[in-house]
Amino acid sequence: MAYATEKLREEKVFKDPVHRYVHVRDRVIWDLIGTKEFQRLRRIKQLGTTFLTFHGAEHSRLNHSLGVYEIVRRIVDDVFIGRSEWNESNRLLSLCAALLHDLGHGPFSHSFEKVFHLDHEQFSQQIILGNTEVNQVLSAVHPNFPKQVAEVIAKTSDEKLVVSLISSQIDADRMDYLLRDAYFTGVSYGHFDMERILRVMRPREDQVVIKKSGMHAVEDYIMSRYQMYWQVYFHPVTRSGEVVLTKILHRAKELYEQFYQFKYEPRHFYSMFKNELTLQDYLNLDEAVVLYYFQVWQEEDDPILRDLCRRFMDRHLFKYVEFDPAKEYRKFIDLSALFKKAGIDPEYYLVLDSSSDLPYDFYRPGEEEERLPIQLLMPNGEIRELSRESEIVEAISGKRRTDHKLYFPADILYDETSKKNIKRQIRQLLGIR
Amino acid sequence: MLLEHAKILHAIQSSGEIIGRKKFQKMIYIAKKLAFPFQEKFQFHFYGPYSEELTLQLEELVNMGLINEIKEKKGGYYQYRYTVTENGEDFIHMFDEEVHHPKLNECLTDMNEQSSRFLELVSTVLYFDTLPKEQVYDKISQVKSKQKYTREEIDQAFAYIDSLKEKVSLQVQ
Repeated sequence: MAYATEKLREEKVFKDPVHRYVHVRDRVIWDLIGTKEFQRLRRIKQLGTTFLTFHGAEHSRLNHSLGVYEIVRRIVDDVFIGRSEWNESNRLLSLCAALLHDLGHGPFSHSFEKVFHLDHEQFSQQIILGNTEVNQVLSAVHPNFPKQVAEVIAKTSDEKLVVSLISSQIDADRMDYLLRDAYFTGVSYGHFDMERILRVMRPREDQVVIKKSGMHAVEDYIMSRYQMYWQVYFHPVTRSGEVVLTKILHRAKELYEQFYQFKYEPRHFYSMFKNELTLQDYLNLDEAVVLYYFQVWQEEDDPILRDLCRRFMDRHLFKYVEFDPAKEYRKFIDLSALFKKAGIDPEYYLVLDSSSDLPYDFYRPGEEEERLPIQLLMPNGEIRELSRESEIVEAISGKRRTDHKLYFPADILYDETSKKNIKRQIRQLLGIR
Repeated sequence: MLLEHAKILHAIQSSGEIIGRKKFQKMIYIAKKLAFPFQEKFQFHFYGPYSEELTLQLEELVNMGLINEIKEKKGGYYQYRYTVTENGEDFIHMFDEEVHHPKLNECLTDMNEQSSRFLELVSTVLYFDTLPKEQVYDKISQVKSKQKYTREEIDQAFAYIDSLKEKVSLQVQ
């Protein structure tokens, strides 16, 4: 039997708190799950620093990847099967791309990518196309199969319908992470009727469309996305954790460039500091490794690195005030000067964080051909953009909300054992008394 | 603080007025590929390289009153026009040294005179710049089948990229 169509003797199931069960019958999928590159995702949290705010948010990228796979499996096996617009020969391609779509994520991806100018999507490509176990499994299907999977994940495939299953405004990726993140954070919003959405999805040449009768389920999904964005993803305490983490990475890099002698040498970071990161270096880095360094760097001589690591490990994070950069720009300059006078390095201890720093978004139909919106399939066969039909979606799509916060270490500013007057001036400017 | 926003503001100021978000997305992507220091992360989307970060930055700049956004109805969709406000002009002054690149203005002005359809093609050609030229023709016809770009148009895109690179390299000399 050809490897591409080989089935396991018995179906394997994984218990899953969101989808109840994840079903695997294909040999290829089973083998991919067993690869070391996929197993590595167990050691990378799905929500980065969110566990500092919502203690349940310890789920991994492996959980999520299996979830996305399961959603796509249900779409192609239960909803699309037998429909003329669906090409059945794309089934395995869809399943593999769904399972592997986050393969290139590293530890605390967002912060690492910002500081070291990395791109997890490029690492996904390298893992799939390089000398890896994942590549061996995919190549056994067909020598060109790794490239096909990589192109779907990079969204450069000509199989646009398959791409839209995994990457569009209403895709398996978003549906799984909204439900999963809501479950693990324990919040009551974020829920929507996924089963209903799956039932009303219809394949079209270029993308998945939604039958008009399923519009209310989609409205619920859009509302969930909107609420999760502000209540979970952009939570100010989570952002504070991210700010501290980012500053630790900046500090370690700066110290390395200044030939600082680390007590605990950051061997795993050297190639990143030197901008010579290889795929193997990248794969060797996971959150256990990163947290090891944060733990031991609490004993470093450098006071900034030591302090920032203590803050992260002990959840002794920065506090924040709302800030309008356009109106308060001068205040920021004054604060920076006062921080310096007080002996607090503003480069590490006075940080502006904006909503555009986030890797999440909420639904905006945008303008024509900016990016593909959610399309409804009307009873007469016409296609209409969602916000044109739904007043609820139109209302929240038109509502602009952006946000900027200024982060600082309140405990240092309240410590009046030194530079008392300057610290009072700083507190007055920040409005924290 | 907000240096990346200042660069975006400066790009709009240099272009005078930007008509269309899609066009602006492609202009910034092309400028970034020409090695101008934009940090926004782009991914390939249905209509070519797209940055959600850039979309959000634009929204933030509008909300801060630093750029003016006019929403116009166009067929079944909306189109957006952007200009820098007086407050925006003041804001840019604080970043003069960091955002000013002599040849960037020239490249942006040139790009702003091109059609959005052509810039979509140029940015897509640049996105696949690691492929051999002959494969780029195939790739464009695969991922942009709906736009029906001709071989001649793709050649024009290659020539246009060369002309922009020449402008940038003249600056280096």
